Amino acid sequence: MNKFGFAIKTPRSEDMDKVSLERYNMLLDRVPSFKRCFQCGCCSATCSARQYTEFSIRRIHTSFRRGEYEGLDEQLKKCMLCGKCTLVCPRGVNLRSLIINMRQILDETK
Amino acid sequence: MKIHAYPYNDFVIPFLIGTILLFSIIIYKYIRWIRRFSDEQRKVIRSNWYSWKIFPAIWEMIREGLLHVRILKENLLLGIMHQAYALGWFLLILVGAIESRDAFFTLQHEQSIETVRELDAQNGWYIYNTGENKDPEYLNQRRYRVETEDGIARIHYHRPFYVGIFYRYFVHKAPAAFHQHKAYSDLMDALLLYVFLGLTMAIIKIFWSKILGMRRTTKHTIVDRFSKFSLWMIFPLRLLAESVTACLYGNGGFFTQAVGNLFDPMIVRGLETSVWMLYSLMLGVFFVTMPFTRYMHIFTELLLIYFRKIGVREETGKTGYTLFELNACSRCGVCISGCPIDRVLENHEIQSVYLIRSLRNQERGSRLKMIADNCLMCDRCTVDCPVGIDLSALRRQTRAKGAIDTVGNYSYLNKRQSPFNAIGRVAYFGGCMSHLTPGITESMEKIFTAAGQKYWYMDKLGTICCGRPLQQQGFTNQAAELRKKNTDLIEKSGSTMLVTSCPICYQSFKKEYNLNIPVVHHTEYIDMLIKQGCLKVRHDDRKVSYHDPCELGRGCGIYEEPRQVLSAVTNLQKTRYQREKSVCCGFNLGDTKLSLEEQTKIRNASLANLTSKPVDAIATACPMCKKAFQHATNDYPVKDIAEIVAENLIN
Repeated sequence: MNKFGFAIKTPRSEDMDKVSLERYNMLLDRVPSFKRCFQCGCCSATCSARQYTEFSIRRIHTSFRRGEYEGLDEQLKKCMLCGKCTLVCPRGVNLRSLIINMRQILDETK
Repeated sequence: MKIHAYPYNDFVIPFLIGTILLFSIIIYKYIRWIRRFSDEQRKVIRSNWYSWKIFPAIWEMIREGLLHVRILKENLLLGIMHQAYALGWFLLILVGAIESRDAFFTLQHEQSIETVRELDAQNGWYIYNTGENKDPEYLNQRRYRVETEDGIARIHYHRPFYVGIFYRYFVHKAPAAFHQHKAYSDLMDALLLYVFLGLTMAIIKIFWSKILGMRRTTKHTIVDRFSKFSLWMIFPLRLLAESVTACLYGNGGFFTQAVGNLFDPMIVRGLETSVWMLYSLMLGVFFVTMPFTRYMHIFTELLLIYFRKIGVREETGKTGYTLFELNACSRCGVCISGCPIDRVLENHEIQSVYLIRSLRNQERGSRLKMIADNCLMCDRCTVDCPVGIDLSALRRQTRAKGAIDTVGNYSYLNKRQSPFNAIGRVAYFGGCMSHLTPGITESMEKIFTAAGQKYWYMDKLGTICCGRPLQQQGFTNQAAELRKKNTDLIEKSGSTMLVTSCPICYQSFKKEYNLNIPVVHHTEYIDMLIKQGCLKVRHDDRKVSYHDPCELGRGCGIYEEPRQVLSAVTNLQKTRYQREKSVCCGFNLGDTKLSLEEQTKIRNASLANLTSKPVDAIATACPMCKKAFQHATNDYPVKDIAEIVAENLIN
């Protein structure tokens, strides 16, 4: 199968009742403006890192919300904090603060 | 036989204890701090500590430590208050010392035993004799017998250092030959009045700080207030003590004598030493509390100015120099007045003065983090600081302590590089933000072409951040990684000059990188091109106000070039807050704590300053500021200088 360059993905369904939202709520506490995010993806579209690699804040947002923390820290380290995302965000989410706080929360609750 | 005359009274003891403790604590602290200097800083000190650089250092010590020129320029009344304290008190000590020296010099010629007798009887001098005919009875009963061969007593007058402080008490009656006595006492009174002027203003400042042009004063801790109270009491007590003595012996100047004449000699006679004791006690209390309060700044700021002037700079970590900076802060509150977060957002807790206080008290935890993180890093306070503390660097240090600064994950940056499409003389770095304002980069390309310059637009396809945003948030290691990537790229390209469009990148390339080619901002570059005649521009009649970006103006000191370029192509209008006083646009990358609403408020305040006079357009030199203002107004076109120049090119 590998020869064709694709494979069957493992199911990624999550039982949201069982996912602990502790970290997510912590994040909302520290970055209140994050509540306004409607996942339009402007941040990922403008991202400097995104131009080079598969780094997407939108994807990270989804993973964080679904409780899939694995590999998230490595992803977040790709961010250069340049702030383009914050400037284009139509909802006024403080994305730089979001990324710093995500890393901090992941570090604190390791 | 020798007779020794030594001015002494028990009331000098508190003063002596205070002085000894003060200087031993201060010297102990200074030695500890100096030992904590980093190797780099030591090297600078070793090579410069005794060079021509000490002359500007001494000049600045006098200017800022005594005259307070910077505060005077900032705020006249506040400056006069600080100057009255510092210069007034310094001159009181200096003139007191000179006066006592002169008086003792005259006294030395008065070898009459009558003088000694008088000194002993009235002034509380300590008279003793040494020599061969030592008479124990004399010491006990204090009788003088002069038994020299030629019948002339040899009297030695000793002048301990405290005599200048308590001069009026120890010299009740000036020696007859000391003619300048009256002039000196009048001068000393004038100086005391000068200090009183500062004292009065300080008291007014507590209740109506607005009268002194300060919107808000620093909130002090209990210890500081106690120390301040003892400082304030020193001078009224000095006046009281000198007046009482003047009342009894008539040796006062115009002021102390006038006050002294109000007293009844019969009543105050018994109180004289008591009031002098109170005065000395208050001095002692102040001296002992001084090293532990903000008054530590008195000596520390002089050393800080010295170190700064000979070239010592703040580093990314805490060093001995940081400790000098922390202790050189007098908490004067000048940093509060300019801060946009204070002025516009009414947040009175995060200003640099409080950051320094928290750091000095070795606070940890959320409060310090809140203070350190909530700052635009617009450098307004750094420019205003009268003693030149690098406040933004202190904030960066504090942030770095809390940041999770591991190795970044930047290997992806090697994957795609902007090709060296035109290996030429000039490398052009637009920066991340300029990618959101394509008008700027397009104009720059137009200008390069019009001037016939070969250029390499190094981040056309995708940008590598300069690293400053990470640096500002305390991610020092990650920032260094990005710096290394950019440095490699620039060195590989063989460019001879780097032009950037973003002041944030500009400051980073200029100060944090070690590039061996000149780095210029595009305003400097255009100015150079126009002056060299490579670029032909026409002048139109638009009225334009210019916004000084924080990182370009206060950060790098580029004020003139943008103005010259703008004057060449348009009519530049002055605004109320400009150059060092320019108000940050509110979107500076230094801050991560402010919400969009708060940033917008600051931006509107900044915009109101730019549009206070009728203008046709707003000019700036930073893509970030441009973007910020663009969102705010439809009434005025917001343009970068490069765009305005590109519009006015003559082909």
